[in-house]
Order: sequence, then structure tokens, then C-alpha cells
Amino acid sequence: MKRTSLAVAALALAAAAGPAAAQNEQFVPANFYWVGPYAPGGSGFGGGMIDYFAMLNERDHGINGVKLTWEKCETEYRNDRGVECYERSKNKGPTGASVIHPLSTGITYSLIEKATADKIPVISLGYGRTDAADGRVFPYIFPLITTYWSQNTAKIKFIGMKEGGMDKLQGKKIVNIYHDSAYGKETIPVLDVQAKKYGFQVTHIAVPHPGNEQQAQWLQIRQIKPDWVILRGWGVMNPTALKAAAKIGFPRDRIVGVWWSGAEEDVIPAGDAAKGYIAAGFNLPGTSFPVMQDILKNVYKKGKGEMEDSSRIGSIYHTRGVVAGIITAEAIRTAQAQFGKGKPMTGEQVRWGIEHLNIDDKRLKELGAVGLMQPLKVSCMDHEGGGAVKFLQWDGKKWNVITDWIASDQSIVRPMVEASAAQYAKEKGIAPRDCSKEK
Amino acid sequence: MLYREAGQFKSTYAEDQQIFPIRQDRIALAVFLAFALLVVPAIGNQYWLGALLTPFLIFSLAALGLNILTGYAGQLSLGTAAFMAVGAFMAYNFVLRVPGIPILLAFVLAGICAAAVGIVFGLPSLRIKGFYLAVATLACQFFVLWALQRFGWFSNHSTSGVITAQQIVILGYAFDTPARKYLLTLGVVAVMALAAKNLMRSETGRAFMAVRDMDVAASVIGIPMMRTKLLAFAISSFYCGVAGALHAFCYLGTVEPEAYSLDLSFRILFMIIIGGVGSILGAFLGAAFITLFPIFLNLASSWVNEFFGVEISHAVVSNLESIIFGGLIIFFLIVEPQGLARLWQITKEKLRLWPFPH
Repeated sequence: MKRTSLAVAALALAAAAGPAAAQNEQFVPANFYWVGPYAPGGSGFGGGMIDYFAMLNERDHGINGVKLTWEKCETEYRNDRGVECYERSKNKGPTGASVIHPLSTGITYSLIEKATADKIPVISLGYGRTDAADGRVFPYIFPLITTYWSQNTAKIKFIGMKEGGMDKLQGKKIVNIYHDSAYGKETIPVLDVQAKKYGFQVTHIAVPHPGNEQQAQWLQIRQIKPDWVILRGWGVMNPTALKAAAKIGFPRDRIVGVWWSGAEEDVIPAGDAAKGYIAAGFNLPGTSFPVMQDILKNVYKKGKGEMEDSSRIGSIYHTRGVVAGIITAEAIRTAQAQFGKGKPMTGEQVRWGIEHLNIDDKRLKELGAVGLMQPLKVSCMDHEGGGAVKFLQWDGKKWNVITDWIASDQSIVRPMVEASAAQYAKEKGIAPRDCSKEK
Repeated sequence: MLYREAGQFKSTYAEDQQIFPIRQDRIALAVFLAFALLVVPAIGNQYWLGALLTPFLIFSLAALGLNILTGYAGQLSLGTAAFMAVGAFMAYNFVLRVPGIPILLAFVLAGICAAAVGIVFGLPSLRIKGFYLAVATLACQFFVLWALQRFGWFSNHSTSGVITAQQIVILGYAFDTPARKYLLTLGVVAVMALAAKNLMRSETGRAFMAVRDMDVAASVIGIPMMRTKLLAFAISSFYCGVAGALHAFCYLGTVEPEAYSLDLSFRILFMIIIGGVGSILGAFLGAAFITLFPIFLNLASSWVNEFFGVEISHAVVSNLESIIFGGLIIFFLIVEPQGLARLWQITKEKLRLWPFPH
């Protein structure tokens, strides 16, 4: 008995050591979550990213011949498990983890210092620390495409458009109902600044985690009688909010959600209560994009694919994961162009790649992702790159795009980002980089 | 044969009253500490030190704190995570606002702040007991997090309410690598665990246990109820506060108040239930089980995948992990309701007789 268990343990250890990693591989950790209240987001996003990598491996044999590899690690959306996964994955593959997608604002915060010290770039795609957009202070952190603050200015612009001009916002009442976490609170200061600028009233109402109890909050909203409600929810909080809004009779087409409140998983559980609800998005759903067709053809037709429920292929979270895959792969490609094609890149080199990422319209067309995402140009100063948002409306069956890309108001956001980053730099004793000296 | 105290004669009171009266225990502990201090940092990699052992030690300390209150003094508390939050945020504020403060002093002051909060929220314990007290301490859990989130002062007006722990420098020596942080944590935890072990053998500890076993009888024999209960809250919260400070400074680096949610309080409560209520060792065993075991299951599932070549869907594996973990908790509670520490005690008793049990 003892001997067999010893033998099993020894074999397990040998298996863990595994075959020596092939040299021509690029390792990207897949530290997401497949259990818990936020599993739809984690599994969809992770699935999309892995599907895109699998497609690249099948169709193009990797990036210039370098195959992408990945390993899943369950973070449960918890900070300590996220750190554990990060530490576990950072030295895998021939060059270590090339880039981390924490997919949690909390885990992103926990990794900022660790990843900077380990020289591994962190991409927080549409979440994470907003002031990291100032690349001078945060060389390894990339809140790409749009930060929460940018998105919020676009949201207010959208509301202004609906009202018939920004001057019409004067005296309007907006309620910001938010998930009571670092993620939820992130937009409070920028909303306050905008409220002052445009003269509307804003009330912030917190919903404690996980958000499946919101009656009191919506009763308060009924008393305030706002013109618009901004829903800054996450996971189970979203359908609950929509149902509560239906109960008090608040029109759903006056609720504008953040992109983490705007996926199929957020509205389908609410049923009819979700009809007419509007949400922001930086990626569009659907399987008609050529890149999605390639994934279907090269991955799912061969019986591989990550999404077990085929109806989720092309859902918002899934295509968001594909966008994450595209950005990661393009960053590695950019790095290879600089440091040697067909070689695995280190985290430091990939960081250079992300910082010099330039996905223009032409490149989007080559990637087959026109309309799936916006053009992206990152620089040392600007770690955000895009900044524009589209708004989608749920008709009970699918998300319909109701606007073009709405640009954010960087005149509000950028000074706040720089001030906040400067405070961080001062607290931590970081000397900001001089971007004119960066190559 | 090996573990037998026959022949160890005590000729002075001091010898008779030492913390570990059996020589083998002393040797084992010294070897174990030396191993943890000297060998582990040398052979452990960043993953082991930074992601497994450091959090294990920190949660052991928190569980130890709760065990003093719940296990020894018999006061059920659900506010452990809140005390940790107080410790983390106050340590940050002391370092931020008092220039040049030694970091260990900041930890101690943070622990004292947590103790003060503990005393305030321990006041209901003078009137209510058991589950009602647990609900009263729940108020502490919610109030502390609410205060940390609402008052910008605590997080130095950070927009998202997140604090980033400062660098740890003691006498010009920077604790910046996982190995150094592990050593610092180990030092603090070892000293505090020894202190707790000793405290529980003292008059104070005996008063705690008397209150736990029957508070009416305890007050009849002259144990001051208010002082004892509040002292238990204070000491327990102090331990939790220091654990919180270590959690922020030595482990996560950047923390948000939500990290110290009710969920964490429950986890620490489970640690002492599984490890052993009213046992110093139990806090460590329980912390090991709750923090390390899910990670082991997670790793084991990938070994199974590779070893048997079966591709199990990751979603299934992740859920299976929770199921197995839950099942094991129930198993242990049925087989040994007094926790893992009791199992160890039984082992020791058997060892004394081994190899001639009869």
C-alpha cells in the first residue's frame, strides 16, 4: 500500500516535471476563473483568448513559427489565488510568462509591483488601474483600449447625445449604482468632475458584493427619480439590477451599463426585464467577422475549441477574449520584428512590443477584425491606446449596435490620470521615465 | 521508543514549568524552526516562498488570533477579517504619516489599533453569548469595511480605495524579495506563536479557559468577567491586526478593503474548526489545510491530466476541486470533530507507547 502510493507520488512528480519545454514556444498564462459568481466572464474571456491562440497555431503555425502555449490556472477571482497563479506561471515556458491578463481589477492591483519587478507586462484590457495609462510611471502595466475613466466620459457624451446636446445635461439627475469594490469605485471621481463641468447632479449608490440583493438601492433610486442610471455592475449584480429596475418601473432604456455589465450572461437571466437596456462595449459580438470564421474553421471544426456551449461562441465575453488574443499576439509579433523573428520573446521584449503596438485599419483588415475592435496605437506616454466606445442595446435576443465609436474626452481624463500617477510615483518613490529618450 | 519521557527528571520548578516539558518536543521544535529559517529559504523558489508559505504563515497567525478568542476564551467571532483590515490599513497609515517610523513599530501600533477596535466590538460579549455574539461581531465586520471605504483618510484619498504597502526596510536592510519577506513573516509569526503558547499557560490563559468552560462558575471563583473577556478580544484582535499588516506588506503589496470580506472571516473560522479549537498547533494545521490544500488539488488535477492523458474540461476540474475540498471538510469533522490538532495529539500518545502498546 505504502509502496504503491510512493510510486504514484513519484510518477506524479515526474509527470509534473514533464517533457523539457520545446525551445520555439511562447508561453502565455491563462489565469482565469471557471467557478464562482463571475465564472461567465472568466470562462468566456479565457476561452476566446485560447481559441484565438489555437487558431494561430493551426492556421499559421504560431507567430513566425513560434507556437503559442498556455496553461490554465484557476484564480476564483480572488486576489490571493491570483497571486498564487501568477507566481506559479511566471517561469513556465522557455522565456517565462510573456504577458499576464489578470482579468480582475483586484488581481491587477496585486500584481503591479510584482510584475514590474519580474519584468512581465500586465495587460488589463478595459479594467484595472486607470492611472496606469501614464506609461511613464507604470512601464509594465497596460490598461489597453479604454480605461474606466475614458469610458465614463464617452458614456456622458452618449447621454448628452440622447438628450440633444451636452448643454441639455444641465440640471439632469444621474445615479451611479456601483459594485462596492475597487472596480466599482474607480469612476466616482471622474463622474464628479463631469457633473461639475456639465452641471448635472450625480448620486453614487453602492451595492455590496456580490450584488444579489438590491431592493433598498432601487427604492432610493425611485425616490431620486433620476433621468439616467449608470450601472456599474459585475456578475450576478447586473441581472439583479435590471430586475429590480423593472420592479420599480424604471425605464430600461435609461440605464447605461459599463462593458462588464453588457454581455449576454448579464441580460439573459433577467429575461424580459432586460429589454431595451443599453451597455457600453469596446468589442462587438458575433461570428461573422473573418477572424471568428477562422476560429470556427480551424479550431471548432476540428473538435478543439474552448467553449463547451456552442451558443456562447461569438458572445460578448468570447469575442472580448479574442480581442485580448489578437492584442497579445500582435504585441509578440511587434516584439519579434524588433528582436528577432521566429524566436520566443521575453517579458521585457514583449513589453516593448506592447508599447510599440500599432493596429491600424489596414492591420485590422488583415487580421479580419474590422468592426470587432477599434484601431489601437500605444506609446510610452499613452498605455491606453484607443479610448473609444460603442453602445449596444439589448432587444431581448441579441445586442444591437446603436452608435458608432464614440471617442472619450481625454481633456478631462488625461490630467486626472497624470495627477493620480504622479501621486503614486511620489508615494512609491518612482522616478517617471522620460518618454523622449525611449526608443 | 523514540518519543518517551521516561528518565527526564525535573529538579527545579523552572524546568517543570517550561513551555515544552518533553525533551523530544524541544529538539523537534528547534530542528523544525532551524529548518524553516535556514534551509527553506535556501531551497525554496519564489513560488514556494512567495505564493504558498508566506500566506500560509500569515493566515496561521490570523487563525491563532481567532483561536485565542474563540478556542480559548469561548467567544465566537466573525470579525477576524475586519481586524486584519484595521491592521493592514493602519500599518500603511503609520508608515505614510509618521516619517521614519520603524516598520516593526508600525506593525505593533497597527496591532494596537486593531486591539482597540476589538475591545469596542467586544463590549457586547459582556451581555450576550454564543451565536448572538457572533452576530454582534458581524457588525464589526461590516462597520470596519464601511469605514475604510467611506473615509478617504484611511486610503490616503486613493480614488479606488486601494492602498499600496510601502517598502519594508529594517535597519537599512530592505525586505524586498519573497525569501526575505518570508523570513520576516516567519520571525514575527514564530515569536507571536511562542508568546501565545506561553500566555495560554499563564493565569490569563487559565482565566480565558475558565470563562469558556462556564462563565458563571468563573465569575463565582473571582475571575473578573469584563476584564477577561475584553482582554481576550484585545489580544485576539492584536494578533489579527498584525496578521493583516503582514498580509498587506509581505504578501499582496496592494490591498483593497474588499479583500477582508466576511468570506475571509469565515475561512479563518473554518481554519480553527478544522485545525482544532483551542490549540496553538491547530491554527497552523487548519491554515495549512484551508490555504494550501485547494492549491494542491489544483496542481494534482493537472498531474492527473498529464499522467493519464485524459483531457478533463477545466471548468469541471475547478468545480470538482471545490467539491472534493468540501467533502474532505465534512469527512474530517465527522472522523475527528476536535480537529487535526487532536489527531496529532492521539499520534503523540500512541508514540509514547510504541512499540509496546500493551
